[in-house]
Amino acid sequence: MARGTGLTNAPGVWDWDALVQDDRVHRLLYTDPAIFDAEMSSVFGGTWTYVAHESQIPSNNDFITTRLGLRPIIVLRDRDGVTRALFNRCTHRGATVCRQAQGSARVFQCAYHGWTFFNTGELSGVPWPDGYATDLKDEQYNLAQVPRLETYRGFIFATLNAGAVPLTEHLGPMTEIIDQWLDRHPGGRVKLCEANRLKYKGNWKLAYDNAADGYHVKFSHRSLLEMENRLKEGDEKGMSFYKDAPDEAPMYVQYLGNGNHFKDKRPNVEDRPGALWDIEGAHPGMEHFESSIRQRLGDRAEIALDLAASEPVNINIFPNLLILGNHIQVLQPQAVDETDSTWYGTAVIDEEDTLEGAVEEVNTLRMRTMESFPNFGEVDDATNFEEIQRGLAAEEDPWVYMHRGLGIPGRVKTDDRGLITAPATDEVFMRETYRYYKELMADPPTLEIRRAP
Amino acid sequence: MASSPDPSRSSHYVTDAYYADLVVDFTDWQADDRLITEAATREACRAFLEHEARLLDTHRFEDWLRQFTGECLYWVPATPRGGDPRREVAVCLDDRRRLEDRVYRLRTGAAWSQLPASRTARLVSNVEPFATATDDILMVRSNFTLHEFRAGESQLLAGWCAHRLRRTASGFEILVKQVNLLNCDQNLRNPSIII
Ligand code: FES
Ligand SMILES: [Fe+2]
Repeated sequence: MARGTGLTNAPGVWDWDALVQDDRVHRLLYTDPAIFDAEMSSVFGGTWTYVAHESQIPSNNDFITTRLGLRPIIVLRDRDGVTRALFNRCTHRGATVCRQAQGSARVFQCAYHGWTFFNTGELSGVPWPDGYATDLKDEQYNLAQVPRLETYRGFIFATLNAGAVPLTEHLGPMTEIIDQWLDRHPGGRVKLCEANRLKYKGNWKLAYDNAADGYHVKFSHRSLLEMENRLKEGDEKGMSFYKDAPDEAPMYVQYLGNGNHFKDKRPNVEDRPGALWDIEGAHPGMEHFESSIRQRLGDRAEIALDLAASEPVNINIFPNLLILGNHIQVLQPQAVDETDSTWYGTAVIDEEDTLEGAVEEVNTLRMRTMESFPNFGEVDDATNFEEIQRGLAAEEDPWVYMHRGLGIPGRVKTDDRGLITAPATDEVFMRETYRYYKELMADPPTLEIRRAP
Repeated sequence: MASSPDPSRSSHYVTDAYYADLVVDFTDWQADDRLITEAATREACRAFLEHEARLLDTHRFEDWLRQFTGECLYWVPATPRGGDPRREVAVCLDDRRRLEDRVYRLRTGAAWSQLPASRTARLVSNVEPFATATDDILMVRSNFTLHEFRAGESQLLAGWCAHRLRRTASGFEILVKQVNLLNCDQNLRNPSIII
């Protein structure tokens, strides 16, 4: 007897062309719990979704627990080194089988009745199996797992959408931008470290809408801009290039398809070693470590100091991975009006010793430069996200506008690869992202799990 | 020897040795045989911490800064044991200049996360001073709960502090304040107040 999987989404009950228009979207996208529920399958898991970084599970049997949408999952390297994302959900009666944030384990034993699973997902045994008439070797008793897991240069993505194109194809031109971000580091790699962890009472898309938004900076971050320059003669530190006429600055925003976008502020900065360090804001130990690194490296010191400084880019991979500065920010929806935003720090790895022993000092500085924005910038954005969520309670005034730049001749340019480029304050990246979002929501993909190890 | 640079303007004292000492000073310091039982010292520490709590609850941030030494640290680790700040980010790790930055930002009139400002009430208790290898330096453990009300909603922060204090002619000054939030490794909503 065939039993249904229950995995296919119900056909859409919303009129997506009415909810997502060329210049605006409806408040329900941010406030309707039913739309949120649909996103948790159509978007999170429906498309390639970031779940972990390889450096979090460096050895066989290492695991972390996280979520794919709301599904609790264990991302691990199994006993043979295969990367998997197991559902953290006992096949007996549903308890989580792993309750630690991270660790190393060959098996997971459910704490409720003791069913035990190998880290391949396979059921290894149950207490007193004689009590079962069914064959416990049947695949249906293995932990469910995400059928498709692919990694791009350390970033592990998962999808339950069997029809999804391969990850690199999905990322498309985004891979080149990820490459550039990684390749400024020795060995082309970074290691995740501890995080600044923030939460706001607002929809997850408010943070994604903000990710390439060059329009808000001068206003939302006014206190940070003033603070960063309080000890200086002229305004030159940090994000000062937003202050006067950000549209005229050489920085730009770009849409690269499938909800992914990129804000590139590097053209504002001189293209020379030491230029990033020169605009880095004050931070603990700055002057001491700078002189120590200069003594050690001489005229190569700028290369090391630039690694401690923040890279002026926002690389946003829909729906939940935002690589910005030296951070890897991950969005985790909790509810329609609650989102966790975790800003993982990254450390430089220097196995070849290209920094001639300076890597520890570089990382020490880098920890301090990374603490700045979550402390003095993101808290103000998060407050604005919460205030949007409050504002959107006004039912009769439902529209959220994102038409900055729309219809101005020559402002938004599309190149022969289809990449769309506009001034940094343009909202074209939002309009295009919602076009992709609408496709996912209007035509929900078929989701599948796998139980074969 | 040249006079040391002004720590409000440049950060020369946060060195590798400073971090190394910090990690040592804040590891395994709560030994029973170092606990100070003498009533006058315990009372002085309790009064000092209550005063500090009042300065923060009443938003007297500039007066609060004056409780610290020039070369000071305000540290809110992001992991329960504090770890080594050279290798991990913290919720906050402010030297003198960054601590002044923090207060400056709150005073700009544009720190939206604190407009309106949080109203807070801190309860400080279980104050236990411990002797260190240096005569005039104490470590003090205290527990706290911090009720915060802002923008129509309340939240509760709780945890314990470690203060590294130096005796002065008139009382104490803070060398390091370490705030250990119970939920330091969890996602925090609007962590924009000074804890
Ligand atoms: S729920 Fe896991 S063994 Fe029963
Ligand atoms: Fe921002």
